[in-house]
Amino acid sequence: MSVLVGNETRLVVQGITGREGAFHAEACRDYGTNLVAGVVPGKGGQTAVGVPVFDTVAEAVEKTGANVGFVLVPPPFCADAYAEAVDAGLDLVVSITEGVPTRDMVRVMRTVPPGGTRILGPNCPGVISPGKAKVGIMPGFIHKEGHVGVVSRSGTLTYEAVHQLSERGIGQSTCVGIGGDPVIGTQFVDVLELFAADDDTEAVILIGEIGGGAEEEAAEFIRRELRKPVVAFIAGQTAPPGRRMGHAGAIVMGGQGTAAGKMEALRSAGCTVVESPAEMGAAMEARLRG
Amino acid sequence: MNLHEHQAKALLAEYGVPIPRGKVAFSVDEAVAAASELGLPVVVKAQIHAGGRGKAGGVRLARTEDEVRAAADAILGATLVTKQTGPEGRLVRRLLVEEGVAIARELYVSFIIDRSTGRPMCIASAAGGMDIEEVAAETPEKILTVTVDPAMGMQPFQARRLAFGLGFEGQVFRNGTKFLTALYRAFEGLDASQVEINPMLVTAGGDVLALDAKVSVDDSALFRQPQVAALRDIHEESPFEVEASKHRLSYIKLDGSVGCMVNGAGLAMATMDIVKLAGASPANFLDVGGGASADQIENAFRILSSDPEVRLVLINIFGGILRCDRLARGLIDAVRKLGVTLPIVIRMEGTNVELARRMLEESGLDFTTADGMRDAAEQVVKRLAGQEAA
Repeated sequence: MSVLVGNETRLVVQGITGREGAFHAEACRDYGTNLVAGVVPGKGGQTAVGVPVFDTVAEAVEKTGANVGFVLVPPPFCADAYAEAVDAGLDLVVSITEGVPTRDMVRVMRTVPPGGTRILGPNCPGVISPGKAKVGIMPGFIHKEGHVGVVSRSGTLTYEAVHQLSERGIGQSTCVGIGGDPVIGTQFVDVLELFAADDDTEAVILIGEIGGGAEEEAAEFIRRELRKPVVAFIAGQTAPPGRRMGHAGAIVMGGQGTAAGKMEALRSAGCTVVESPAEMGAAMEARLRG
Repeated sequence: MNLHEHQAKALLAEYGVPIPRGKVAFSVDEAVAAASELGLPVVVKAQIHAGGRGKAGGVRLARTEDEVRAAADAILGATLVTKQTGPEGRLVRRLLVEEGVAIARELYVSFIIDRSTGRPMCIASAAGGMDIEEVAAETPEKILTVTVDPAMGMQPFQARRLAFGLGFEGQVFRNGTKFLTALYRAFEGLDASQVEINPMLVTAGGDVLALDAKVSVDDSALFRQPQVAALRDIHEESPFEVEASKHRLSYIKLDGSVGCMVNGAGLAMATMDIVKLAGASPANFLDVGGGASADQIENAFRILSSDPEVRLVLINIFGGILRCDRLARGLIDAVRKLGVTLPIVIRMEGTNVELARRMLEESGLDFTTADGMRDAAEQVVKRLAGQEAA
């Protein structure tokens, strides 16, 4: 097994006729993801990347049985695309879009009913279950099938971690980028819950960064419920307070959200916390060897 | 994006938040004219994007025209050093001249987005005029919070709960709930990431006013907030950062000597961290974007090489599907075109890495290629030590 995406995934790409949309839809399909449909309002009836295009997500679901959405639209339209996916009852909808207004995310999260569609992102690399399916923009070839779950707020830093694992022959069950924005659909704890319940995931790498309290909440969950080894790294140990480090959510305010505080919380929850980003793979190797 | 106090207050007033009467002034004469229009006494306030102005001498009460002139003259053109400006301080280029008000009570109120619930949250406290983080740390029981359902907005019962908690009564209670409701509407309507009123003032006459106002607006929402976007004051930003933002680069100046150029914000922070761990010091945070296009790289080099503190450049690009030979070509072209003489340590990952390394090594330029992040950090330290020895 894996989490979020796998052999059962039937993908619909929202914005499939755009340059980015077509490019990434093709890359996901070429990786082995079961791409079944595209959605672009006004372009229903056309074909793109070898699949039918529909005007609405609801129609795509009805005609193709799509269950996972991938949103590739500009920032002003992202929340609406998420909301449409929620309304159509997809299991999961992922967006990589950077620059979505926070207020849009606040409102769209309010539309998700309990047990409804899981939103991943925005401003994240997406999710991949190596060898099965990828719904995202990450380079598939650096991944390797295996049993380490990876969850991260970052994009390229996640690739770095995966690369270090694969280089050592350590494969991954599922790698999830949750995104660097202040309000996101899926938090660390949500993904850790999935990893905790997944028999195929034996250990977890958690990559956090400064700002907010999501890593502290993750630490609390790990201490209470996760009986699997966790290796963690927090980016931004050298970041000055009060400055936003690229990601809209990466800011230390009033002594809250510091790397030191997060590292301490994770350490006291039993995680192996590495200071250097070059040590993530080696630390996992050591934990797996026991 | 941050706003000046006078800009923030003008925007809040449009949503019905009561503020003292005031006028912005860019010269001593304008300040004097503003005071005579408002009537004495007035308060003359430095307008910079940093708190702690009062303690730094940037806020003065003036009872006569001469005092207004003296205060304006002293503050305009002064460099204020507060705990938020850093040691270099901030030059004052504009003033807010405001009517003096008789203070009965000072309180605190702010709205932020609570990241753990993903909803707006109001934070209020009867301890106004103080650093709210200190209040939260020392006397957390004095902090009131209310989480707002974004579909409903701030509800009357929530405003009442806060007003009771702040000890408001009678006319002040009615004014207070109106104030809080209007403030939420402004927070929402302006796409603000934070609205902070410290202090929120109860006057001797029972009015509730925003005596100070700090508004930060979500950068991602500026496309639909043209009125706010037009208020940007680039004097309040570092010139390097202004230049970088023109090229859609995310750049933050730090005080070290290793210029960093990285794709992706998380990896950029991690690169700074490993530089520091290796014993060197990063000169900046710089994210050239996930794709690291030739254009972005050239612009990034231009910014890094204009920082006189930079003695070496570390490039860390995790390309994935990006072709490293194309990246190498872009780097070589940019270095030649701009005449960059700084030594460059480069670590890259992606397709055609070997070819890219050969191209860099055979270019005759000062490139050192590294294998992985640890090696990159070690090469940086080695090269810096070599510079010191030389």
